[in-house]
Amino acid sequence: MKKNWWKILTFLLLIYTVVGGFLMEVPRLFILNETIRNMYFHVCMWFAMMIMFIISFIYSIKYLRNADFRNDIFATHFASMGCVLGMLGYATGIIWVSVTWITDQSQSISSVLKEPKLIGAAIAMLIYGAYFVLRGSFTDMDKRARVSAVYNIFAFAMLFPSIWIIPRMVGSLHPGAPGSESGNPALDRNDMDAGMRAVFYPAVIGWTLLGVWIATLRIRIQLLKDKTLLNE
Amino acid sequence: MSNNNQRPLLVIFGLFINAVAVAQDKPEMADTMRGNGKIYVVVAVCLTILVGLFIYVFTIDRKISRMEKNA
Repeated sequence: MKKNWWKILTFLLLIYTVVGGFLMEVPRLFILNETIRNMYFHVCMWFAMMIMFIISFIYSIKYLRNADFRNDIFATHFASMGCVLGMLGYATGIIWVSVTWITDQSQSISSVLKEPKLIGAAIAMLIYGAYFVLRGSFTDMDKRARVSAVYNIFAFAMLFPSIWIIPRMVGSLHPGAPGSESGNPALDRNDMDAGMRAVFYPAVIGWTLLGVWIATLRIRIQLLKDKTLLNE
Repeated sequence: MSNNNQRPLLVIFGLFINAVAVAQDKPEMADTMRGNGKIYVVVAVCLTILVGLFIYVFTIDRKISRMEKNA
């Protein structure tokens, strides 16, 4: 039970996210209205995804340094958890878009389809999708682990131009675009008032820990399966 | 003659414009939902789902721990 304290923390943080996220006072804004509360859910998915991919990237580097299969297993499962969170972020973003970007007079579905942030995120997801295709196409374990570790580093490097840099250089409806007030959406102190930040940061930690927890469950299953291989 | 026919239409139209103007005075929030307490239902539903999911993940966790001990 001693090692499980962070799982209980995850539980408490997410309970707080739901209760505080629905009931606490939020700024009253046009167009956004109550959907501003999506900050505690949609935005957290992307934060958690980014952290999963960073962990996966670190384990890939570790694999290349010492060729320990455990690191390969860690890298794979953190990357897959990151993809799940990314897809959830995408799906929740679609719902949010349909009520905030499309109802605005000058916007329509075509301007949403041209949205660089959405295209960039889709590219990033596809690059990570190719990571799993690549892994599946090897029969040799050593080769699979090494090549996919190198590819994972490339995929991580591609995340930055596709979701962070390009959407900020060209016009975008998404917060953080040139012309909008905020530099880093959700991290800028002008973006959120103190009340929102009091829920948002615990929410980010809670969702990230949940992602880590589920990823470690899958890693432990994989380690059990590969026990004979790893003890060689 | 035609002028007289259009006047009620204009009045109705004017009423609508007025309604829109009033609605845009303040951003609309779910105050009624908070007022009559129904938002707590949504919170309760979400909490139930969350607790259920956590119990499920926790049992998986325990099962894996047991397998790790036996293996």
